[in-house]
Amino acid sequence: MSSSVLLSQHPAPNPTHTTRRLYIFFSHSKNTAKMSGSNLVAMKKVVQQLRFEASINRVKVSQAAADLQQFCMQNALQDPLLTGVSSSTNPFRPQKVCSFL
Amino acid sequence: VQRSPLIPEMATQEVQLNETLAHLKTESETLKSKLEEERAKLHDVELHQVAEKVEGLGQFVMKTRRTLKGHGNKVLCMDWCKDKRRIVSSSQDGKVIVWDAFTTNKEHAVTMPCTWVMACAYAPSGCAVACGGLDNKCSVYPLSLDKNENLAAKKKSVAMHTNYLSACSFTNSDMQILTSSGDGTCALWDVESGQLLQSFHGHAADVLCLDLAPSETGNTFVSGGCDKKANVWDMRSGQCIQSFETHESDINSVRYYPSGDAFASGSDDATCRLYDLRADREVAIYSKESIIFGVSSVDFSLSGRLLFGGYNDYTINVWDVLKGTRVSILFGHENRVSTLRVSPDGTAFSTGSWDHTLRVCDDCYFFIGIKYNQNLCTFNFTPCAPDKPPLSLTATHLPKYSNLKKHIYRST
Repeated sequence: MSSSVLLSQHPAPNPTHTTRRLYIFFSHSKNTAKMSGSNLVAMKKVVQQLRFEASINRVKVSQAAADLQQFCMQNALQDPLLTGVSSSTNPFRPQKVCSFL
Repeated sequence: VQRSPLIPEMATQEVQLNETLAHLKTESETLKSKLEEERAKLHDVELHQVAEKVEGLGQFVMKTRRTLKGHGNKVLCMDWCKDKRRIVSSSQDGKVIVWDAFTTNKEHAVTMPCTWVMACAYAPSGCAVACGGLDNKCSVYPLSLDKNENLAAKKKSVAMHTNYLSACSFTNSDMQILTSSGDGTCALWDVESGQLLQSFHGHAADVLCLDLAPSETGNTFVSGGCDKKANVWDMRSGQCIQSFETHESDINSVRYYPSGDAFASGSDDATCRLYDLRADREVAIYSKESIIFGVSSVDFSLSGRLLFGGYNDYTINVWDVLKGTRVSILFGHENRVSTLRVSPDGTAFSTGSWDHTLRVCDDCYFFIGIKYNQNLCTFNFTPCAPDKPPLSLTATHLPKYSNLKKHIYRST
């Protein structure tokens, strides 16, 4: 019997489950070749993911930072928790002090 | 059936597999360093350097406007309703309460069949809430206008995980819910049928938090986990599009920047960090040597200029996102801050704590200066809104920072 046929005679475990249940299953096969096989599949996935991540387009931090800053500035006046920072209402203008002890 | 692995054909197969495995391992190492290289190439400047010319914010103080009391144990999670006035909160004692934050009245209360309800969310319509925790599920309760109606009777079980539910969020409609779990996965569910629409695998440990991208920027969300990673996912395909691993400990909270181009994270390593999605890297760290306790939750103000962080040392630190400096510390809670959200219109923010209460803070005072008069020391603040009175706090001796916090607390 060739080893490739042997591999195909060990189907993946298929636990019963409802369609709503998430599960993580592990291969319990004692076939060492099969175990390397599932490691291989996992490793291929990792490499595939890394290839994908390496291929995305990136911009320079200076550009990205400038955009973040611009968004802040454009929306500053509409930010109620921030209102008062704009130069028209200078918070450091001397105010009447009403002190309560 | 051949049992022995020592037959020649199998041995060859095994060797081939091992070679391929080694090959792939090398490729993965090469790709990882290439990724680092590409990211580093574009790191030409720091965010705070770009923001040098921006006007500083100065120090300011916020006031607690409402304290919501009623939970019998630690508050674990909260969410605002889109009407900017209602809040849903969940607690260790299994209770989920809907409050009117203006009046502090409790409008609805549900007792869950489990303790540690770690996640709760308000539906966009305001007509339902979702919650879950140690029961490994996410359940949706439609809110009835009839106060006498038993909400538990209409409960709908939507999500099922194999470990605790850590976070949940409706998408932009009442029809779908996104969940994250201690089982290491996130999942998208159809509320009506309970069907699993998409699952997201990639975290190597418990997923603790998630946040959906602002609707204008498309179908993505970010998750953070105990594997110190923050992953950005495509909701339709289930694929992880970007991954960031710079934190030194569990990521407890993630929140998108209002433009959708970046997100902030808070971690047990006592730092908050900002990751820009287009630059594909961390662009700022918000930390101080004096801050040694973990961050439980983060959120941005409406313009994204302020980042609020709730910490395990009972405080809230407010950061200037662009300059990287702290602009305020807020006190008031008597135990760790577990959850924090800015209201939908940005006028207030709410915090929940292990001290069993929630606080709603708004208003903003800018610290002008200190006046000394013999042995009296007066701290003066000017309000942001012109119709509010100025605030002044007086102490009989020069207070230490820790005493200052007692004064601020008493003024509320």
